[in-house]
Amino acid sequence: MITIDNISKKYGKAVVLNVETITIPKGQSFGLVGNNGAGKTTLFNILLDLIRPTTGKITNNNVEVNTSEDWKNFTGSFIDESFLIGYLTPEEYFEFVGDLRGMNKADVTAFIAKFDVFFNDEIIGKKKYLRDLSKGNQKKAGIVAALMGAPQVVVLDEPFANLDPTTQIRLKKILKELTDNKEITLLVSSHDLSHVTEVCDRIVVLDKGIVVKDIETSTATLQELESYFSV
Amino acid sequence: MISHFLKLEWKQFFRSAAFGKSIGIKILMGFFGLYLIAMFLFMGIGAFYGLKKFFPEQDPLVVVNAFLLYAIIGDLIFRYLMQQLPVMHIQPFLTLPIHKNNIVHYVLLKSSFSFFNVMGLFFYIPFSLVLIKEGYAVPGVLGWCALMMLLIQSVNFLNFLINKNKTAFGVLFVLLIGFFLTQHYQLFDLPGTLGKGFDFVYRDPIYSLLGLVLLLVLYQLNFKQLRSLIYLDEAVSQKVKEANTVDLSWTEKFGDVAPFIKNDIRLIWRNKRTKTVFLMSFLFLFYGLIFYTMDAYKDSLPMLMFASLFVTGGFTLNYGQFIPAWDSAHYKMLMSQSFRYRKFLESKWFLMVAMTTLLYILSFPYLYFGTEIFLMITAGAIFNIGFNSLFLLYAGSFNRKRIDLTKGGLGNTQGTGATQFLIIIPLMLFPMLLFWVFDKFVGYNSGFVVVAAVGITSLLLKNYAMNFIEKKYIKDKYAMINAFGKES
Repeated sequence: MITIDNISKKYGKAVVLNVETITIPKGQSFGLVGNNGAGKTTLFNILLDLIRPTTGKITNNNVEVNTSEDWKNFTGSFIDESFLIGYLTPEEYFEFVGDLRGMNKADVTAFIAKFDVFFNDEIIGKKKYLRDLSKGNQKKAGIVAALMGAPQVVVLDEPFANLDPTTQIRLKKILKELTDNKEITLLVSSHDLSHVTEVCDRIVVLDKGIVVKDIETSTATLQELESYFSV
Repeated sequence: MISHFLKLEWKQFFRSAAFGKSIGIKILMGFFGLYLIAMFLFMGIGAFYGLKKFFPEQDPLVVVNAFLLYAIIGDLIFRYLMQQLPVMHIQPFLTLPIHKNNIVHYVLLKSSFSFFNVMGLFFYIPFSLVLIKEGYAVPGVLGWCALMMLLIQSVNFLNFLINKNKTAFGVLFVLLIGFFLTQHYQLFDLPGTLGKGFDFVYRDPIYSLLGLVLLLVLYQLNFKQLRSLIYLDEAVSQKVKEANTVDLSWTEKFGDVAPFIKNDIRLIWRNKRTKTVFLMSFLFLFYGLIFYTMDAYKDSLPMLMFASLFVTGGFTLNYGQFIPAWDSAHYKMLMSQSFRYRKFLESKWFLMVAMTTLLYILSFPYLYFGTEIFLMITAGAIFNIGFNSLFLLYAGSFNRKRIDLTKGGLGNTQGTGATQFLIIIPLMLFPMLLFWVFDKFVGYNSGFVVVAAVGITSLLLKNYAMNFIEKKYIKDKYAMINAFGKES
């Protein structure tokens, strides 16, 4: 589904990302871990054609992301709060994203209703603008918006950060169900090793822009990651 | 302790967003500040002689004193609307080992040096100097001047006490009008009576100490109030406004562009700065009144053309020049969504055209000044709709400065770069020049016709121009994402 081919990004002389090849098959849930500055967000930004790589290319479902924009139709993403429009209420934001993703008002309402439990009564009908919500609640809204319009690829940068424990558990369930029938390709990055190992079939560890580990998740994975990171 | 706070103030001042601005804006803002100061200085120096001229039989100091009450209440109303105690930035100190009393003193003393307090000094001090020069008793003038400074400070602290209170504002307003009416109909002259008190202070300056007593009492009240309120859920809390949702489904008839139009309307209405731009554009309607009524411009047709462009162009110019920086906060998100860039641009275009049309309709009363003026406004409106809207969209692709919508409205120059200065040439000077050339060398009516014709031609070429503009935006996408991502 997604092929990362010789992607590198340099700022002046500093190399922040240098990935040879990663192929992510359809339906895989792919986890990206690494310390701060490892290049996780840079990689996602290149995948979403928000920054240009210095070398290499990424294809998303046979669409080369920086030459055609067709990938946008089947890719949903949430990177950070800058993906939210602060002066809209969550309802209006969902309506806006729904409009862009070809959903009518009824579709949007029906879709949002499925996330009632996840929202925990803190998002809908609160008469608050997104900019006035707490970080955790902003994240909830952003994640759900990324899932709108039946995307085939979902990209989430640090989805667990800032969420309360209950919501983290609910999010894990949602993400697992998402990839249950192997139709949707999920890419997440996280600093929480136990969450990623639980959600993802495959985990790639980045360090200073380079892939240092590429693991099929098994029962031993968490142990392996913990020993890698405890230096 | 105080030196710590002073150091922080120093850093805050020199590292503030205002100082990070480009040199051009710094100079411009510097000039504006100097202009204000000069105005007050001029008033301070000129007031004495002016009053002497208009009321030769009266003592200027007595005249000033008789009106001081209005100045004080007016000042209070102005402050009520504009000035707030700078409480938010003490949040980081609350958990540090600093005594809360010191934090409160710091906040209160800091407010003493605010713009609102300094400005008045530029009037009272020169006025006092002139008084001394004109042979008034030095101790008396000094006492009077000291009292004025103490009163400014007292008003400063009085404002913080009543600021949260809506009825206080009403009372102030009623008082102001009440004083005026009772004085006007000679029922009871409180401002005058109080003025006599000020005269008395001049004769016996020791009584200016009463001002000090008033100030200390007000300071103490402020201190007590704030000291009990510096908790995150009291004074140091950010106010969250309740969202007001208005049904915008009427925009749906615009088809694909509708989601963006809805968004833009909300953008304008829910953010301070854009709201200011929107409301200001109605003020621009009156721009013509200045030019059309002044004899100096009667014969300078290009200047009148210039004014006419402004009458209908207020919104297009002020909103258009910052496209797409208004959306800079969520630009990344927009760029990861699937839509034709054209839709985004069309929505902005639609807004500019709709507003210009509305402003044009509202400008019909200018017919009073004759058909020539009205023809000029019409030509200007056509030019704004046809040429300026498209040109501003194109110029917008050069915007590389982020705008933070949560920051305040008036006087906020965030997002201003070289683009904003360069675009003035084609936007304003080009039609003026065009008008002047044809008016001078071809004949009177040709001026209007040509300016309007440029507008209409641009409108006819809109599709072609839009293609071109769209390509430019797509080409510059990465540079814009990068620039808009940076905090300014």
